[in-house]
Amino acid sequence: MVKKVLQSILMPLIAIFISMIVGGIVILITAKQNPIYAYIALFSGAYGNLMNFATTLTNAIPLIITGLGVAIAFSSGLFNIGAEGQFWIGAIVATYLGYQIKGLPWFLHIPLIIICAMIAGALWGGVVPGLAKVYTGAHEVITTMMMSYIAIYFSHYLLEGGPMMDKGTIPQSPVIQNSAKLSTLVPNTQLSSGLFIAILAVVVVYILMYKTTLGYELRAVGFNIKAAKYAGMNVAQKLVLAMGLSGAFAALAGAVQIMGVQYRLYDSFTSGYGYTAIVVALLANNNPIGVVIAALFLAGLSTGAQEMQMQTNISGQLADVVVGLIIFFIAIEELYRIIMEKIKTRKTKLQPVGGQE
Amino acid sequence: MNILSIFTNPYLWASTIAMAVPLALPAIGGTFSERAGVVNISMEGIMLISAFVSVAFSAYFHNAWLGLLGGVISGILVAYVFAWAAAKMYANQIVLGMAFNIFASGITAYLFNAIYGPEGTPFDTPKLPDVRIPVIDRIPVIGQILSGQNVMVYIMFVLIILSQWFLFKTTIGLRLRAVGENPEAAETAGIDVVKMKYLGIILGGAFSALGGAYLSIGVLNSFSPEMSSGRGYIALAAMIFGKWTPVGSFLASLLFGFATALSYTLQESSISKNIIMMLPYVVTILALIGIGGKSVAPAADGIPYRPKK
Repeated sequence: MVKKVLQSILMPLIAIFISMIVGGIVILITAKQNPIYAYIALFSGAYGNLMNFATTLTNAIPLIITGLGVAIAFSSGLFNIGAEGQFWIGAIVATYLGYQIKGLPWFLHIPLIIICAMIAGALWGGVVPGLAKVYTGAHEVITTMMMSYIAIYFSHYLLEGGPMMDKGTIPQSPVIQNSAKLSTLVPNTQLSSGLFIAILAVVVVYILMYKTTLGYELRAVGFNIKAAKYAGMNVAQKLVLAMGLSGAFAALAGAVQIMGVQYRLYDSFTSGYGYTAIVVALLANNNPIGVVIAALFLAGLSTGAQEMQMQTNISGQLADVVVGLIIFFIAIEELYRIIMEKIKTRKTKLQPVGGQE
Repeated sequence: MNILSIFTNPYLWASTIAMAVPLALPAIGGTFSERAGVVNISMEGIMLISAFVSVAFSAYFHNAWLGLLGGVISGILVAYVFAWAAAKMYANQIVLGMAFNIFASGITAYLFNAIYGPEGTPFDTPKLPDVRIPVIDRIPVIGQILSGQNVMVYIMFVLIILSQWFLFKTTIGLRLRAVGENPEAAETAGIDVVKMKYLGIILGGAFSALGGAYLSIGVLNSFSPEMSSGRGYIALAAMIFGKWTPVGSFLASLLFGFATALSYTLQESSISKNIIMMLPYVVTILALIGIGGKSVAPAADGIPYRPKK
């Protein structure tokens, strides 16, 4: 048990460490700058003061919520890599209900938006890819990815001269009503009370996955689908449900982003949160608490990268390079096992020699 | 606009073929990889890296062919790392693909900025030539469709035939397929499973790299970040729709190419271009759920295999 916990913490840390070194080498070669200064700029830019930390938290909110969604799918043995599209669907629904419905008090307006966005995300992420998987065996990696592109083009359609375009020539939606806006927590930052929604989501997912029968069944399907079938579980239903829940949380993230940060939908804006959320879930090993830590780390990486770009002129895209490397070094876990075994055999080889003395 | 006039316009069909190239090449590459039992979604990333290296080499040496060579070598090197991680380290292939795609998108955008800055690649970067086919050139309509295309179009046609022959008529092709269907049996029969997986993945990398090079120095003579824009994933779908065969992959790619070409042709009409741009993705899903015939993956596809010895 201790070994398992240690492994799930140690592995990501080793992967992060190696990736930072490789990233440093890239900086050294291409920018001819001291990577240590670059990384100091990055970390102080991410966590250095209240303003920076508030920005990191703001970026972490959609990552936490979407990451939870992806983690639910992963735990059930499904690869939902279309969280980006589900995020967009949530954002579209939130924006539309946000500006169309007038005269509701906030304590009705906001929950209404949340519920509708989550249902839409569940249908988008769950029904099409989930049913396709169950009934035709279509791999969810491709279907969710395709649904993602369709969602993004759909939002472009709505805004570029479409039904959701505001007056004027800029492809953007009208601003949502005040009753649909989440309050700001730290003045002069974009940190909103969406933070509490994120925390609530973590608690809900934790209870759902570890304290309920449904959560147990979902994880059982992910652990061994044949055994789950043999035990008499309705596997097909669980798979669709897992995809639906996954989509619901990604859409919730989109809705919170609109209600707390953007207040309107604009065109040619790719969030990228849905893709980073996959990394969040991987780093977290699908653990809800781990999702929070991983999201804070990755949000810090992107906030800090912008600061680093301003201070050292090193392009912020380096953050993506580091993220890609981190996943790579997590994926090749076998390598650590081989190295550990080599160390062990060397130890046992040495021991008899020591004993003879 | 008259609907009929759109479909009789040879330009639509010429661009259908042109649009199919960067899908068909990685789709055939994916076929090699999956026939050897490895799901490789990193084709997207390999295309992007090759697109960048091709343009960089082409600009540096002022020779598009050396650009193409550089691109293909980069694709092979990246695929080699993927092969090591997938076949020797038994890594989860989807996770691995994700890693490669994020890395590729980051490193190409980063290096593009570091080397060329906001001005982008030099505008006198050579591109691969367009080719006029002497006799076909003079046939009306057919000539307009089949002649005057980029040289990569003709290279693609040759590669489709060679790939089909290689996969289904040669001993190595048979061994490759055996590894994807039943690695235990293949190993018992004396086939080196790991070596075959390397071969499939590296061929996949080389073909994807050709597709990437076509984007940057075939269609254009410049690079822009994210220019592969999901083609690696559509190629995967085309491969599935094409029932894991080179010829099938090409035909499916033509269908996707047609949807894209149509969305450009119809841009001035009353239908929103964004709706038409959704079509290839909708078609992909329809293809996946078996409309147009169910296709079955190689039995051991995507499962890491540990040799018994």
